[in-house]
Amino acid sequence: MATECSLRCSLAIQLRVVGALVLREVLTRFGRNNIGFLWLFVEPMIFTLVFAAVWYWMRDKGMHGLDLPILPFAITGYSSVLLWRNAANRCAKAIQPNLALLYHRNVTVLDLFIARLILEIAGATASLVVLLGVTVMLGQAAPPADLLTMAGGWFLLVWFAISLGLVIGPLAERSDSFDRIWHMIQYPLFPISGALFLVDWLPTKVQQIVLWVPMTNGVEMLRAGYYGSLIDAHYDAGYLATVNLVLLWVGLLLVEGNKRGVATE
Amino acid sequence: MITLHRINKIYPTRHGPRQVLKDVSLTIGRGEKVGIVGANGAGKSTLIRLVGGVERPTSGYIERGMTVSWPLAFTGGFQGSLTGLDNLRFICRVYGADVERAVPVVEDFAELGAYLREPVKNYSTGMRARLAFALSMAIEFDCYLIDETLSVGDERFKKKAAIELFEKRADRAMLMVSHMPHHIRKLCNTFCVLDEGRIERFDRADDAYQRYTATH
Repeated sequence: MATECSLRCSLAIQLRVVGALVLREVLTRFGRNNIGFLWLFVEPMIFTLVFAAVWYWMRDKGMHGLDLPILPFAITGYSSVLLWRNAANRCAKAIQPNLALLYHRNVTVLDLFIARLILEIAGATASLVVLLGVTVMLGQAAPPADLLTMAGGWFLLVWFAISLGLVIGPLAERSDSFDRIWHMIQYPLFPISGALFLVDWLPTKVQQIVLWVPMTNGVEMLRAGYYGSLIDAHYDAGYLATVNLVLLWVGLLLVEGNKRGVATE
Repeated sequence: MITLHRINKIYPTRHGPRQVLKDVSLTIGRGEKVGIVGANGAGKSTLIRLVGGVERPTSGYIERGMTVSWPLAFTGGFQGSLTGLDNLRFICRVYGADVERAVPVVEDFAELGAYLREPVKNYSTGMRARLAFALSMAIEFDCYLIDETLSVGDERFKKKAAIELFEKRADRAMLMVSHMPHHIRKLCNTFCVLDEGRIERFDRADDAYQRYTATH
């Protein structure tokens, strides 16, 4: 155990601590019985099935004439929502139950956030890959047209989830009202975040507004990668990256501020 | 050596900022046992938490030239749904200590038997305290931070804990805070009085005791 140490050994400590926190979170959340982690897939699966059912029902009733493979649409949409929503919500409640851990000098507020973010990102990524993989294997959907663009879109969404979590987490810790407000705004965010539509389906005016929502750009890019020339995707990766960078910067400042402010019991 | 350089700590309260520590400078040498007495609210626990790195000072800085334990308050912060053993594993990972070596130490010391593999939420208060103390003995430090003196479990366990901490680890440094000067007098060789956030250092327990009683 070093006392004051260089960047390299600080990094080693941080990795060790984050690793310990992740293992601990896994145990507390999923328990020792090995089906616990299956819950990761149940929620997106139910959503996917319900969404597909509504889609087919609407088409039968002649409410739309779109001929798009719908399972991958639902899977990409919901995995994206799962990613940023869970990252933010889990960060919002990261500090209070773990206050006692901060008694150990090596455990920092940032570590608590990182550990939870890693788990949420792993969960959403797993649900995307597994559900899409199974759908493709069962012959219900074609393989992705352009994996690299898909990966790029997912990467931007992951980055967004991290940045958002680091902003929401410290703010929710500081004020309960912020926590409530965040819960209120995330419901309208869900339908406008691009999970339920392709930007191309919307009138041009609405398109421009919807593309101001950062995650819409990521979902659209993800789908551009999956569907390839089947759809006309509208997105601005640079805009999303810029938003991510700014959010991340603000988030890290907030976390740094929290470090001083968190009073342990 | 641990050195505190002009530490100030200010907490925001509803009635405006409250300064808990004022310009506190202190050194703790290797093997030195520093005892700090002070009334309730004098800033003792805050000082311990700052030295332990749990909180940061508002101004000033702390140099740690040796490894410092977490503040042993003997209550412990456990995840109730995890077993004692899981909590031990977590602590070992955080401090980079060998789990395999620590398990027998904790098994032997905490005397929990099969309960070590039960969720902590099923423990009695005494069992929790014993686990907490055993955990802090499972990892070796150069300097131990002790908030109030041992008040764990029954007399027998108290004695055992004292032997473990003050006899087997007699070569380590300790920073101990208490509002009961006689504990400090017995166990320490340097004495400080903390009064309204200011610290004063004495080489003799009697001088410190006089200073302490003069204000209370």
